[in-house]
Amino acid sequence: MRFLDRLFQRREPTSRQVAKDRLQLVLVHDRINISPGMLDTMKDEMIKVISKYVEIDPDGVEVTFSQSKRQSRLTADIPVVGPVRHAKKGSERARAARSQAEAGGDG
Amino acid sequence: MGATVVTVTSGKGGVGKTTVTANLAVALALLGQRVLAVDTDIGLRNLDVVLGLENRIVYDLVDVVEGRCRMRQALIRDKRLSELFLLPAAQTRDKSAVNPEQMVKLCAQLRPEFDFVFVDSPAGIEQGYRNAVAPADKVLIVTTPEVSAVRDADRIVGLVESEGKGPAKLIINRLNPAMVRREEMLSTVDVVEILAIDLIGVIPEDPAVIVSTNRGNPVSLDGRSPSGQAFRNIAGRLMGQDIPIMPIKESASMLDRLSRFFRG
Repeated sequence: MRFLDRLFQRREPTSRQVAKDRLQLVLVHDRINISPGMLDTMKDEMIKVISKYVEIDPDGVEVTFSQSKRQSRLTADIPVVGPVRHAKKGSERARAARSQAEAGGDG
Repeated sequence: MGATVVTVTSGKGGVGKTTVTANLAVALALLGQRVLAVDTDIGLRNLDVVLGLENRIVYDLVDVVEGRCRMRQALIRDKRLSELFLLPAAQTRDKSAVNPEQMVKLCAQLRPEFDFVFVDSPAGIEQGYRNAVAPADKVLIVTTPEVSAVRDADRIVGLVESEGKGPAKLIINRLNPAMVRREEMLSTVDVVEILAIDLIGVIPEDPAVIVSTNRGNPVSLDGRSPSGQAFRNIAGRLMGQDIPIMPIKESASMLDRLSRFFRG
């Protein structure tokens, strides 16, 4: 069976690859000193803030840390579902746009 | 000009700090350098037995720091190499017997006498580690290709950097080329990629290390063993020689892949 698995590329990852993947993941958290739980809290707060300006799909939000050399990078992938409410001139405009949308219901 | 103080550390215990320290000290002495190896693992000293000098200890590091003897009285001259010396750790005290400032002062006193002063650090990131790193001009981080050792090495890389002692150089110890070839061990490239610091050498796993340590004759005294040669190469690099990293074959050969494919 393993012969067939290999033939059809259903190869299990090697223990070397597993070790490397696990290390890279654990070091991301070690280096920035943020636990997975704290990352979730941060994600929830980001969703709250961004939702003030843009309608997003909270279930589709992905927040990840990546590494390049020893530099950590925070990447947030946030799917926008609704039309973007223009917030060109700061939060006042955004608030106005939101209340307008709530009143008019054409957003 | 004075000695270069090289601290050998790792975070995790048992990865070979003391073996690396002893062998680099021997290899540099063989290259004609005047070398001192200092054991800062107070309470758990071992550099003396690895160097085979355990029967000659009269005074130790703590005796010097506390003024019970003069520096010269505590230095043990190696029985094989006249340019190699050991300053042993105290065995009956603990890490708090010495502080980082005292280590800096001690090394300042030693610098004019030597070309290299090696400081063997204890495991951990507490006071013993801070004592060892405080006087360092260069820091060598020893790791093995295992998840626990690499993770701890990463902590040390960060700590050394934050103390302004970086960038540290990496030594990968006990690499087993056959296991790497079978994809059963992290490769040199993997470890370097993960830790993102410069590599100064790779020591292959070698039974000769255990045999030579049994006898108290560091393996680098004999340049014929693979590990002895690797240590000598690192010593050359520490002296600024341009020696390429030992080619340890890591990619699986076609024949190897084929045989694994059919074995299943």
